[in-house]
Amino acid sequence: MSKLEKILQSAFFRTIISILIGFAVGAIFLLIVNISPAEAYAKLFSSIFSNPKSLSYCVVYATPLIILGLSVAFSFRTGVFNIGAEGQFVVGSMAACVVGILVPAPPIVLPILCIAAAAAAGALWGIIVGFLKVKWGINEVLSMIMFNWIAFYLSNYIADLPIIKNEGNAEATKNVQEAAMILLPKSWIDSLGLCNSASWGILIAAILAVVVYIIIEKTSLGYSLKAVGFNRDAAEYGGINANRSVLIALAISGAMGGIAGATNLLGIGQRIAIFTAQESYGFQGIIAALIGASNPLGVFVGGLFYGAIKYGGSRLNIIGAPSEVVNVIMGTVIFLIAISHIFNFRLRKKKKGGDK
Amino acid sequence: MATEHIDLNVKVVEMRDIVKKFGDFVANDGINLTVHKGEIHAILGENGAGKSTLMNQLYGMFPPTSGQILVHGKPVVLDNPQKAIREGIGMVHQHFMLVPPFTVTENIVLGMEPVKGIKLDMAKARQDVKEISERYGLSIDPDAKIEDISVGMQQRVEIRKALYRGAETLILDEPTASLTPQEITELIHIMHSLTADGKSIILITHKLKEIKASADYCTIIRLGKYIDTVKVADVTENDLASLMVGRKVTFSVEKPPMKAGDLVLDVKDLHGVDYRGVEILKGLSIQVHKGEILGIAGIDGNGQTEMVEIITGLRKATGGQVLVNGTDVVNKPPRFGFEHGVSSIPADRQRHGLVLDFSVAENMILQNYGQEPFSKKGILDQKAIGQYTQDAMEKYDIRPRDAVRKPARTLSGGNQQKVIIAREVNNDKDLLIAVNPTRGLDVGAIEYVHKYIIEQRNKGKAVLLVSFELDEIMSLSDRIDVIFDGKISGSMTGDQANEETLGMMMAGGKVQ
Repeated sequence: MSKLEKILQSAFFRTIISILIGFAVGAIFLLIVNISPAEAYAKLFSSIFSNPKSLSYCVVYATPLIILGLSVAFSFRTGVFNIGAEGQFVVGSMAACVVGILVPAPPIVLPILCIAAAAAAGALWGIIVGFLKVKWGINEVLSMIMFNWIAFYLSNYIADLPIIKNEGNAEATKNVQEAAMILLPKSWIDSLGLCNSASWGILIAAILAVVVYIIIEKTSLGYSLKAVGFNRDAAEYGGINANRSVLIALAISGAMGGIAGATNLLGIGQRIAIFTAQESYGFQGIIAALIGASNPLGVFVGGLFYGAIKYGGSRLNIIGAPSEVVNVIMGTVIFLIAISHIFNFRLRKKKKGGDK
Repeated sequence: MATEHIDLNVKVVEMRDIVKKFGDFVANDGINLTVHKGEIHAILGENGAGKSTLMNQLYGMFPPTSGQILVHGKPVVLDNPQKAIREGIGMVHQHFMLVPPFTVTENIVLGMEPVKGIKLDMAKARQDVKEISERYGLSIDPDAKIEDISVGMQQRVEIRKALYRGAETLILDEPTASLTPQEITELIHIMHSLTADGKSIILITHKLKEIKASADYCTIIRLGKYIDTVKVADVTENDLASLMVGRKVTFSVEKPPMKAGDLVLDVKDLHGVDYRGVEILKGLSIQVHKGEILGIAGIDGNGQTEMVEIITGLRKATGGQVLVNGTDVVNKPPRFGFEHGVSSIPADRQRHGLVLDFSVAENMILQNYGQEPFSKKGILDQKAIGQYTQDAMEKYDIRPRDAVRKPARTLSGGNQQKVIIAREVNNDKDLLIAVNPTRGLDVGAIEYVHKYIIEQRNKGKAVLLVSFELDEIMSLSDRIDVIFDGKISGSMTGDQANEETLGMMMAGGKVQ
């Protein structure tokens, strides 16, 4: 295969093309509503790159998407489909929130406790679904979607408990203690001109990306999880306990979903509002995983991109452009990435015939 | 042989000096092929010799780099399958191209359905299908769904599909690879009734026995090069094998006299059920000692599959014991049996034997990935794994040698099987179970596989061989047990065995 062909067939190149076409399709819709695409996109980019404050906002937006993307990517690589990251995010946030409000502990210790509680809650959410799958063969996609709703109502129930509830404001919990927050030091924020929500979350996301990479590529644990994902029969024949692997994969994936919730809460959120609708974080995580082709580094970059677009899009209404155009762009991108996989598959198949 | 049907004056297909290159790789290097009306023409070659490439060009999948194709003496350009079909060429692929939830009729007419106005005329379709079926004695229920019928029946549907499209020349690509011996006999019968009706058949295969049983002429290809075209009646299986691999092939397996030692596998009164919950093992007992090969002969479906699954821990028994070196491994996970001395070459190498998307190296450590030297404190040592794999590939002649980090999917069937054998033999367990170890392999690869199995026996391992190939059972086994209806119905030593007695016992008959 020539070098050019290699580049043309790489996932990275296909993603870039998909993104460019996504912007083109977004431009068509902007033209339909009589807004200059050039002006809108200029605004989009200028609001992302104009100053450290907006850049740091993009990172804050991106952090939970990266971690959720890693959670979903991990599940893809191990042969399960974590469509339940939404629910894990919600229970993780709530676990961190409860610990952050109620547990008396000093700074540094308290955030660690909060994140550990979130990871445990997310992992539990994954394990229950895994248990239903291995015990009774219930498809994880179905039960996860249901568990997303269970998490939703559970969170609303807990947020309404007197010990958690904010007396002054009936629609949300109390704020977590100051000591629980993972914000960057105030002096750094001021001197660098960052936004007030800039936190250590992005560092946690980076660490998790490395951890996921190591587990999947370097460890015997990752080997056994992948073996089950690729070919359950052969894995069992080789003596790997497939049910156990499914549980572990969902637990790790779920734990990351929970941690995503915690970093969001301890950074920008501070409290949990009573939901009226699902926030779709889980599905945005799936998008980040798809953009990143389930590769930890790719997911990190993909999450940053998505976070930036999400933030930039929220500024679009300043010039009267609908911020929904961002959804049009992302929808198109995902659609094209999905198609490009089919395209690649066809290429490969054709080549196989030729190799014979 | 049906030579009397051949009309030597009519050349239905002629391929002249066909060269096909893929980049620098020459897949076909000057191949000639002439097929007459009413002839069965076999194309023989090892896996990867270029047989399928040649036929794909005839079926219009891709054009030759140079050379000429003539149909009925007229040069044609076949650059897509539709053109080939129009020229009367049909192909039945090794892996069937059928829609499982559709009926037989729907599959046959798919793409050229008879219509009445804008409506599908299923009544006419059924009538057409019935006509073709009756003409060639291909009896089958036109309303059965593909997913409900056997592989042999599905193949008949494929053949009928090609005939429905007006095929005069039928290409059959490895048609017997997934058929039972009975189905193979029926297929050969069908092939002869087709040639009697003036059709021509090109048969791609590496099974010499079937060529002898069915074909009139045979063209041999080796490493992409044209070797010879011979009249099948004039040559022996041995001649064909030598032409194919380019060296002398020994069919008879050399093995020193048996030195049986201690008992390794002791299966006592085993009971078990199949996937439907019906009792299929009804008190089966076998024993295998060190240094002997026990062959299990039997028709598929008499419990041999379930027996192996129970011994290897993939299936639960409902009663009885499986002692391996004195330890009962029944109803324990596969890992338990492995740790107590069980290794196995599974029947379905792509489903159970390999993780096809894993590299060869990753497949080599399927049982041992968590142990030193492959993994230290939970971290895989890629260097050690790579070295181990490279050594095994040298020792077991797994090709291509540079495939250590390439997916197992990219290897040929024979080399995939060698990977499994290398892994299981390297595990160095007391018991080796081999189930249909040479299924779908060519002569050269079969020779290697047999050699390794005998080697294990000579090293003092206990070998349990389960095979549907009677020749294999007879040539390798020291003792043979015949399985019938979930029990061992008879035993004999390997040198006593002959096809008739075995065949009779397999069918449930008693031998005095």
